[in-house]
Formats: sequence, C-alpha cells, structure tokens
Amino acid sequence: MTDTLSKIEKRTAYTLLLPAVFLVFAIVLFPIFANIWISFKEVQLKDIRIPEPRAKKIVKTISEDNTKLKIVYRLRNSSLIENIDNIKFLDKLPTNIEPIDLDSRCTFRSKKIQCDFGNWEAKYRENFEIVVQNVNKVKIDKNSIKSQKPKLSGDADNILLTTKFTLKNFKQVFNENEFLDLLLTTFYFTFFGTVGAIVFGMFAAQLVNQKFYGRTFMRSILLFPYVGPVVALAYTWTLLLDPNSGTLNALLVNFGVLDKPINLLGQKYIELNLMGFDIKLRLALTTVIMFEIWRYFPLAFLFILARLQAVPKDLYEAAEVDGAGPLRKFVNITLPQITAILSILFMIRFIWNFNKFEDIFLLTGGASGTRTLPINVYQQGFAVSNIGMGSAVSIVIVVLLIIFMIVYFKLIGKRANEI
Amino acid sequence: MKYKPLLIYLFISSVFLTLISSIWKIMATLQGLKLTVINFNVNFILALLLSLSFILIGKKINHQIKILTLSLFFTFSYILINESGPIWYDIGIFLITLFFTNRLKNYDTNLLKEDFISEKIVFDFLSLFAIVFFAFVILFPFYLMFVTSFKTQAALLFNPLDLSINFTNNLAEVFKSYFIIFKTYDFGRYIYTSSIVSIGTVIITLIFAIPAAYAVARLNFFGKTFLSTSILVIYMFPAIVLVIPLYTVFSQLGLRNSIEGLLIVYTATTLPVAIYMLQGYFKSIPKEIEDAGLMDGQNWFGIIIKIIIPLSLPAIASVALYVFMIAWNEFLFSLMFLDNPKSFTLSRAINHLTGDAETPRQYLMAGSVVVTLPILLIFVYFEKYLVSGLTAGSVKG
Repeated sequence: MTDTLSKIEKRTAYTLLLPAVFLVFAIVLFPIFANIWISFKEVQLKDIRIPEPRAKKIVKTISEDNTKLKIVYRLRNSSLIENIDNIKFLDKLPTNIEPIDLDSRCTFRSKKIQCDFGNWEAKYRENFEIVVQNVNKVKIDKNSIKSQKPKLSGDADNILLTTKFTLKNFKQVFNENEFLDLLLTTFYFTFFGTVGAIVFGMFAAQLVNQKFYGRTFMRSILLFPYVGPVVALAYTWTLLLDPNSGTLNALLVNFGVLDKPINLLGQKYIELNLMGFDIKLRLALTTVIMFEIWRYFPLAFLFILARLQAVPKDLYEAAEVDGAGPLRKFVNITLPQITAILSILFMIRFIWNFNKFEDIFLLTGGASGTRTLPINVYQQGFAVSNIGMGSAVSIVIVVLLIIFMIVYFKLIGKRANEI
Repeated sequence: MKYKPLLIYLFISSVFLTLISSIWKIMATLQGLKLTVINFNVNFILALLLSLSFILIGKKINHQIKILTLSLFFTFSYILINESGPIWYDIGIFLITLFFTNRLKNYDTNLLKEDFISEKIVFDFLSLFAIVFFAFVILFPFYLMFVTSFKTQAALLFNPLDLSINFTNNLAEVFKSYFIIFKTYDFGRYIYTSSIVSIGTVIITLIFAIPAAYAVARLNFFGKTFLSTSILVIYMFPAIVLVIPLYTVFSQLGLRNSIEGLLIVYTATTLPVAIYMLQGYFKSIPKEIEDAGLMDGQNWFGIIIKIIIPLSLPAIASVALYVFMIAWNEFLFSLMFLDNPKSFTLSRAINHLTGDAETPRQYLMAGSVVVTLPILLIFVYFEKYLVSGLTAGSVKG
C-alpha cells in the first residue's frame, strides 16, 4: 500500500517537474555544453546559416489573350560558401493547366511539376523558365498561379554538425598578449566593484537602521539604481560624464576645479600626483567601477539592513550600560553580527560582477582599457564575427566560474541557507 | 571644560554646514544661476563662528529666538561674502542654516562633557551628511534624465548647466521629444512589445514554476537534493556564456527577431530563481492543511490550485514582480536576438537610437524616461513585495 503511494508520489513529482526542468535544460544547460563543441570549431558568424536553395516565382504574360503564360523561377543557393546537394523542386499548377516543352530535368504528373536539379555550388544562380497553357485554350488566371509557392529541398552540410575540430581558438585565446591584461582588467573591475558596493551598502544600511524623518522614503530611493533599467541609467551616466557638454565636467570647469574637461569614459589612463607619488590610474575603468558601485550597492544595502534589523536590541543596551561608545558598539556588536552576511555578499557579488556585461558594454563598449572577459565574448563573437573564438572565451569564463563556485560552497555554502 | 570634544564639535559641524551650503550652491548653479566660486575656506570660517557662538550663547536665551537671529546673521554675512543670487537662493541658505542650528539644539557646554561625546558628534553629523549625500547621488542621474528629456537641442548646447524646466513655455514645445519618439521612432510599438514580453514571461514562468516548486517542497523523489542544489548553481551561470550557442541555434531555427524566442529565453533564465523562491515559501505552509485537502479527495492539481496558490499569494506576487522587473530591464538577449526594428523591446530600441550619432540626446533621454518610469512606479507601489523578491533573488544581479 505504502509502496504504491510513494510510487504515485514519485510519478506526480516528475510530472510536475518535467516542463520546468526540460526548459531549463534546453536553454541554460544545453548552451553551456554547446559552447564546448563550438569552441573547438572554426566557425564564423556568416557560417551559421544553414545553406538552402531558394526560388522566387515571377509570372509573365507572353500572349495577348493570356491563354499562355511564362513562369520564371529565380533560383539561387543562399550560401556564399557551401554547396547544396541533391536539390529537389516541387510546384503545383491549377487544374487544366499544363506546361509546354518542360525542361529535361523535370517531370509533370497530376498537376505537379517535379524537378531534380542535382548539385549547386556556392553562389549558384539560375533563371528557370516554364511556359504553361490552358488545356481548353481559355484565359489563365494569373493569380491562381502566383499564389502557389514552389518548394525546394536539398542536402547541405551544417557546419555546426560536422566533426571537424581544431584547437586554434584556444591557442589564440591564450597566446594573445592581451589575455593576461584581459584577466587583470576583469579582476580589477570585479574586486573593486564588489568591495565598493559592499562598503557603500554597509554605510547606507547603518544609516537607514537609525530613526530619522523620511526614513521610508530614503529606503525606497536607495533601491532605485538597481531597479531602473540598465540601458536608461547607463546612457544617463554617459550624458552626465560627457566631456563636451556633460553636466559633471561643466560643473567642475565652472567652479575652477578643472582647467579643461576630462573624458572620463574615453581616456585610458590619468596621471595623478598624490602626496608626491605619481600614480597612473586606469581612468575609464575606474569610472565604470563607480557606475557599478552606484548600481549595485542597493543589493548589499538590502541584505545588510535585513541582517542589522535582526540584531537583538538588548545587545546594544547592555553595551551602553557597560559604557561603550558608538564606535565600540559598531566594532564589537554590529560588525561580528554582519561578517557572515558580508562574506556571503562578497562571494556572490564577486561572481556576478565577474560576469557583468551590459554595464560596461553600454558605457564604453569595452574601449579605453575596460575590456573584460564577458565583453571579449561579445567582441570575438559578434564584432570580429568569430563564433568559435567567442565560445572559447565563454569556456574560460565557465571554468573560472566553476572554480569560484567550488570555493564558495566549500567556504560558506552550507551557512548560506541559515542566514 | 574638555577641549577635545569642543574642537571636534566645531570642526565637524562647520564642515557639515559648509558642505551642505556648497551642495545648495551647486544645485542653484544647475538651475541656471551664474555662480563660479565655491569659496570653501571662507565659508568654513563663517560656519565655525556660527557654531562657536551657538555653543557660547548656550541656553541663555530662548531657543527659537536664538536660532532665528543666528541664522539671519549667518545668511547675511554669507550673502555679503559670496556671489549674490536671486531671492530664492538666499532663502534657501537661510532655511539650511535654520535647519542646521535647530539640529544643534541639544549642544551646549554641558553636553560636551558627556562620555564618548566626540564619537557621538561625529556619528551624528556623518549620518546627517550621508542622508544628503546618498539622496543627492542617487536622485541626481534620474533628475538629469528627466530634465534633459524636456529640453531643446539649442538650450542644451547653450548652457549645459541649466537644468531647470520652464513649463511656462508652450507645452507642446516642452513635450516635443516625447511626441517625436512616439511618432517618428514608433515607441508605442516598443512599449507594447516590452509589455507583452514581460507579462508573458511572468505568466509562463509562474505556470512552470509553481508545480515544480511544489514538487521540490513537498514530494519525495529520487534526485531531490541534487535538483534543489543544482537550481542555485544553474542560476549562477550568466547570460553571456549562453549567448553564442543560443544565437546560433535560434538563427537556424528562425527564432531570432521573434517574441516567442525572447519569451522562451526569459522564462528559462528566470525559472530557477522562481522555483527557489517559491519552494521556500511552500515549505512554510503547514502540511496539515494539505492533508485535509487530500482527505477531501483532492489530487495534486486540486491541492495546488485550491490550497497552495491562495495561501502563497504574497510570495507569488513577489516572484511575479521580480520576474517582471528582470524581463522589462533585460538587455543582453534583446541586443543579440533582435535586429529588426519591428520586434524591438524598449531597451533595445533605446540602444538602437544611440546607433545614429545624430540622434539628439533629449530623444534618448525621453526614451529612457519612458522605459524607467513604469518600473519605478511599480516598484514604489508594490515596494513590499518587490523588496522581498529582491532579497530572495538578489544572489543574481
């Protein structure tokens, strides 16, 4: 009895899960594995269209009474590089209409024209003509012929499905001088973006945890940067930072802080002199990190605030009785209470910043020293049009990601659910 | 009397007042005032004198009279030293000073003798400044976006610092950018597409996620622990590593430039987090209620429809709003999959606007307002639900 019950339960569970699991497998897991396949292939963007035979049908008048018509099919191979083999053609004619002097490649039987065009090389083109007449010698309705679309089929190699593999992509990824630079930029961006967001989030949370007039309002607007669409916010920032007529530069010049505007998003380095040290700062990258911090500190804020509100009030009261000041209270009570959430936040945000694409893409497009690994996937795949290379870079990202995740689950994975 | 707290008080409060008045000055400049000198040092000394006289006067006179006279004095000297502005600017300075002196209400020589008073002073003013700072830094870009959309090209080039909106002008002129993006750039269609895609994603995600989450939360089956951990792991894989294979497959299947294609991808990428959030809530529903349903002869379908869904409406609302937000704001997939303007979403359309360098920026900002405003309004209105959705889902972002 119990056995059948548990069987029913299992079956129900699988039925309920199947649609969701199938969809996630098809759209999320399959591509991750497909990346491995593609990354070992030499594929360009233009190769991924499957070559197909195409025909455009044009009907022409050749006699005055329209008892005869000429049909012209403009045939072509859609691919510029691949051949198509064994091409079959099929078109239907209306009742009582028959072709005259049909091409030797074709046959006409029970209203159907069937042709065997053999093989077409790449870029193949042909104007294929058929003259038709009405059996009863009456006028043919042009539209009845036009409305029928010809069908073509053929065999072509799908470059993605062949078994030709190469290591070229990976060699190119690692041999490029820029790879180390790419990795460094990515880590620089990820690390400072993460730390900055957490520090600001902590300040904001500490702030909102106090009582003051307009606190709920403050709590709402603190989440705006995260809730707003990235496209709108990135372009607003671009406008704000624009060197020619951006508000920030205009303000700084107006108040005499700067002599002339600086291109915060388009200048790779800036020379700074801090206390006698000449520092060469990655300017565009720093600006992008600022945007990143601005946009994602709300998340850290939300987490830390939730944790702060759970800290028992009597801890602070007891500390007050013991004569502790605000600083001591923060260091000895608040910080220990939030270290766990801070470390989890750091790991999670690190992983997510590591994969960040949209923000950098919209602000700089990866120019002026802001090219990170995810940007490189896009540039290799769609700007250079080398799909194989793009996939190879994706694989590098996935491997690094898996390493991060192992570290994450080893260090704090189990505690993550408790907090 | 201790001198250290006094000095700290003087320093911190003066810096605070100077910073706040400088921010006011910057804001006034952005309304088109011609001010070019911050004058930080002089104003700092002025603020120092104000704080010092405040503490010296102490409680000798009535608080209200004291702050009024002191603020008036400060405002007049401030106006004398700094560049003059219109009357609203001076009133602003006066109100800031009034607010500041009112904040100082508790400060007198006795208070400065308390324990840890230096720390308390620093914390007090720091948090006050942080409120102004955060509010300014967060709201300013939104304000800029909003104002720019109401400007004309000529006004923007003439004075990039003038961010005031002149509604006394012809209203058709003020809203011109909006008319143009709807008429010439067809934004009505993009709003429609974005809405269909976002609402569609929410509905499909819920249809798939609720049964799956119920199974994970309640039923026993082989591979359950594996599944629930892999949900989180899958969720951590970013869109950028999925993009190339999906692009190639979608090209070959003809799913690019179609709403269906976007719906499939958005649903699949939000499903893991939806399941994760819902199953956590389902677990918190007492099992006895379901057992009662089982007794009444309900099957799992009946249980989900009649018991689970009505009881977990708040969680479902959170998930729905969170998924809606993700789908509405999504950019990467819409960039990859859509290149026919007929099937653009709002985000993609705005990105497309920038493709032409000639497009005036006020159109761009009008478009940005159109895409930002709905999501912000939804957020403000349903804040409670969306915040719990964000907290649960914000492992991603």
